[in-house]
Amino acid sequence: MEQAPSGLKLFGSWASSYTHRVQLALKLKGLDFEYMEEDLNNKSPSLLLYNPVYKKVPVLLHLDRPIVESVIILQYIDETWTDRPIMPADPYERAVARFWCYFADDKLGPAVGAVFGLAGEDQKAAVAQVHENLKLIETELREGAFKGRRFFGGDKIGILDIVLGCGSYWLAVFDEVMEVKLVDPEAFPLFHAWLRDFEEQEEVKEIIPAIDRLLEYARGIRQMMLSLKDTPTAAAPAATTTTTTTTNDNSNVAVESGSGV
Amino acid sequence: MILERMAAAGEVVKLVGSWGSPFVVRVGIALHLKGVGYELLQEEFGKKSEILLKSNPVYKKMPVLIHNGKPICESMIIVEYVDEVWASAGPSILPADPYERAIARFWAAYIDDKLPSAVPILIGALEGSKEQAIEQIFTTVQLLEDAFTKCCKGKSFFGGETIGYIDIAFGSWLGGLKAVEKMVGIKFIDGEKLPLLVGWAERFCSNDAVVNIMPQVDMLIEFSKVFQKKN
Repeated sequence: MEQAPSGLKLFGSWASSYTHRVQLALKLKGLDFEYMEEDLNNKSPSLLLYNPVYKKVPVLLHLDRPIVESVIILQYIDETWTDRPIMPADPYERAVARFWCYFADDKLGPAVGAVFGLAGEDQKAAVAQVHENLKLIETELREGAFKGRRFFGGDKIGILDIVLGCGSYWLAVFDEVMEVKLVDPEAFPLFHAWLRDFEEQEEVKEIIPAIDRLLEYARGIRQMMLSLKDTPTAAAPAATTTTTTTTNDNSNVAVESGSGV
Repeated sequence: MILERMAAAGEVVKLVGSWGSPFVVRVGIALHLKGVGYELLQEEFGKKSEILLKSNPVYKKMPVLIHNGKPICESMIIVEYVDEVWASAGPSILPADPYERAIARFWAAYIDDKLPSAVPILIGALEGSKEQAIEQIFTTVQLLEDAFTKCCKGKSFFGGETIGYIDIAFGSWLGGLKAVEKMVGIKFIDGEKLPLLVGWAERFCSNDAVVNIMPQVDMLIEFSKVFQKKN
């Protein structure tokens, strides 16, 4: 297999936001790379070799050395190819960016994932949690650390845009699939405007899968999850055979905690 | 608790936290490594101070570093901040090479994935299976023993000749681990299984930047009684 001139190879999964983050960063940096689509139900020996601790995507291989965990990979890319930086230069700004990247994966992601996995009153509570988290970000955009900025990174997309943006497209998908309202433009006008702006960027459009593909994918998983909640019926065996697909694919939806899938 | 050391002229550095928290200890070590004077604002157990709530509204957790009025949250993020701001003072905490930095960040994230969800269970501060917690700690320290050889390159610390990022991430837990070892009667940093870590732990704990900050085992055991009373 021929190696890309930059010596980069990315192991990922098409529906994984964490994978999209790395693809976007590489695209912004103008770096070519070889891509390996992983079947998360049948992980390749390479993936298990390069990420023995977590066995997850994405894994970036550079000159045969693996880097894992998406936010760690993003910083590695930024520090190795210093043109078109994605991290701020100022130490305080950097700490702020890192903090919100952490928040995205520690709080917001799992909260959105919880919405997806629940129904009824439980789901309502999960939606409220997402709103709490979005409110915090909205506040920073309105009057805090990101006041007056077009992107979290300033005039250009930065690391936090990449981290929040690759994943936030699921919000609209979930809104449609489950008839919830996660990103209300009235409640979160700045976040909503930022997301639309982010999704309009050329590089982003080239990375994020088509909305109907995401919708179909989410609908499929949601069906499975809801049918698993029902009492066992004749239909149950069909659901069970696809259970492993569900659990692995669901973790693809990069709204789980952790940076990989 | 008042001034730990005299702050440099014009710099106001405050650390909001508690003496027993490994997360707070991390920041203290980093500041000591860089020779930065700071004031520890000791949090009262069971209560969150106004300053904590105001400076960390998102998580309401310690530590928070307040540098010239600006708050920085999350212990390892604070450690990177300290390393960058006081880059010319003292040795680098993070390695210079991007790949080594990625490795350092990985192990710090791994430690934070495994230890905070296991160690507190054993002192009764967190609900959960004790057996699982013990197993998790064993797995963690074993992996770190294996990682040590690759990171240290024949020198004293994960960071090489001087204390680095992984040393701080993991070493900050040594007081707590020793306390837990006494409380449950299990040796985690076992000389037979983890010969490298045993030596490393001694060097780390006796280091100038650590020795006055690492909480004493007896004090931690005494402190943890407050959790046992509830059970």
